[in-house]
Amino acid sequence: MKSIVTDLYSAYYAPYIKESYREDEAIFKSRFQRTWFALLVFALVALPPFMGGYHTFFMTQVLIAVIGAHGLNILLGYTGQISLGHAAFLGVGGYTYSYLAMVLHWPFWLAIPASGLTAAGLGLFIGIPSLRIKGIYLGVATIAFQFIADYTYFHWTTFSGGPQGRAVEAPAFFGYAMTSPLSFYYICLFMAVVLLWGAKNLMRSKYGRCLMAVRDNDISAEALGVPVFKYKILAFVISSFYAGVAGALLVIHLRNVYPAFFHLNVSIEYLAIIIVGGMGTVMGTIFGALFIVLVPEILSNLISSLAQWAHNPDITVLMAPMRLIIHGFLIILFILIEPAGLAGIWRRISSYWKIWPLPYI
Amino acid sequence: MTETSILRVESVSLSFGGIQALNRVDLEVLPGEILAIIGPNGAGKTSLLNCINGLYRPDSGHIFFENLDITPLKAHKRARLRMGRTFQHTELFAGMTVLDNIKSGRTMDIQANFFGAFFHVGKAVREEMKHRRELEETVIDFLDLNHVREQPVAMLPHGLQKRVDLARALALNPKVLLLDEPMAGMNIEEKEDMASFFLDIHRDLGATLIWIEHDLSTVMNLSDRICVLNFGEKIALGTPDEVRQEPDVIEAYLGQEEAG
Repeated sequence: MKSIVTDLYSAYYAPYIKESYREDEAIFKSRFQRTWFALLVFALVALPPFMGGYHTFFMTQVLIAVIGAHGLNILLGYTGQISLGHAAFLGVGGYTYSYLAMVLHWPFWLAIPASGLTAAGLGLFIGIPSLRIKGIYLGVATIAFQFIADYTYFHWTTFSGGPQGRAVEAPAFFGYAMTSPLSFYYICLFMAVVLLWGAKNLMRSKYGRCLMAVRDNDISAEALGVPVFKYKILAFVISSFYAGVAGALLVIHLRNVYPAFFHLNVSIEYLAIIIVGGMGTVMGTIFGALFIVLVPEILSNLISSLAQWAHNPDITVLMAPMRLIIHGFLIILFILIEPAGLAGIWRRISSYWKIWPLPYI
Repeated sequence: MTETSILRVESVSLSFGGIQALNRVDLEVLPGEILAIIGPNGAGKTSLLNCINGLYRPDSGHIFFENLDITPLKAHKRARLRMGRTFQHTELFAGMTVLDNIKSGRTMDIQANFFGAFFHVGKAVREEMKHRRELEETVIDFLDLNHVREQPVAMLPHGLQKRVDLARALALNPKVLLLDEPMAGMNIEEKEDMASFFLDIHRDLGATLIWIEHDLSTVMNLSDRICVLNFGEKIALGTPDEVRQEPDVIEAYLGQEEAG
């Protein structure tokens, strides 16, 4: 009897046994994880053509939020440096793209990385205060950057187009304009997969370990030969690169660039994404972005059907600020109840199923 | 003696406001010795260690490592000269696994460039696996941490955390290892384990050990020489037998214990 149980057990766990260090350090460690991931990617690639414009538009929005939010996650979740000016970096990317693509007529595949690099270059300077200040004070310093950026976007009209913004055309690939939301969805999907995969790779390399060491204990990091300041700056640079790319994609997605896209409340929204999703994990960014983009969408559908039902269009106007209230409420709720975020809940459930049905052998 | 010493502290003073933490302390450490620093609470033991590895900048005086003046160097540069350090209150990277904590001791040896790491290709991966194998076969095996390597350190009991702290310092192949109360809060068996690890480190890796400890019988048994500090001043330095005879030491340290 005993041997049947142990045989079953070893058959069940065979896929978890690793034979090399390389296998042990793989992102997807088991065959099950790899299978599920392959199915997910297949669904993301194959389903959109059948989903219709609205859902494709929505999914694109989520992918852009994923890219931008993972930038903030690298800075706050992995390195422990708070930034309340993340939207300003998205703005740098968005405006740089609009200028490069619309005024200088660069092709999109050059202008998007260039927008990311411009934001990264600025991140290099904005990160400097982190040498001396930590925590909430750094948060305040980055708010200052947010306000300076807001002002600049509004008033530096030759670069930004000013308060009335600037129209952004659909990207063209060697003369062929990709006006359909579907082709742009695939561009965003490609960018998101590459950037998340790269970020995951970084976190299993020396660079990621140093970033996390800075977050967890900067004194012992220093004593182990980690140049703490260099890695703080690196975190700002990577983070703003991701934000810059997300900003460029956002203005293409919305076909326009306005100062209002990059206000402080957008910074808070990104903060909400990684707090609700779970800091310091890729899973957290994905869950959070999906959740934060999904909730207001469902809510506004609910409100408009409520307004229709009550024959009172004023309800829509009245409920307009609900989005921000919901974000604030979610941040408080998750910090209090589930600091590990949706990713933490996910990890608990999946580790339960990993040992089910033979947990105690 | 100047020629042969691996570490030399020359007239180092340090004060915090009105408190003189260290007052013109001189110390020479010979290569390959086990040197204990003892003294009552607040004697300046940890401050001395912090000055040596660069977490504190002394007000005056110099520190030489292998005849190189390291006084102006920051802590991370000194670590790169192969100076390992453990902490009194284990200062581990609480959000990381045991393995990642230990690997972080290898930061300076990994040359991989950013893009190699980002795309997880070529030299970056080979290097990572090489260090993983080395660490597994030396440090992790040696300190018997195999069973916990995937666990987050915050979940471990105190004795194991101390061992991870030591493992992390060993990962940087230290020539000099500074240990701040490595046995604090341990029971007798854990202390005995730790003592045997020290002797192994000393014998197999040839590292010079400088350690702070309160348990005098352990100190007397394990150390080649003992440096006694009291109120920031060095009051004795010598072999355990010499230190035991020193009247100042008896008065400042041992005498108090006998009286109490």
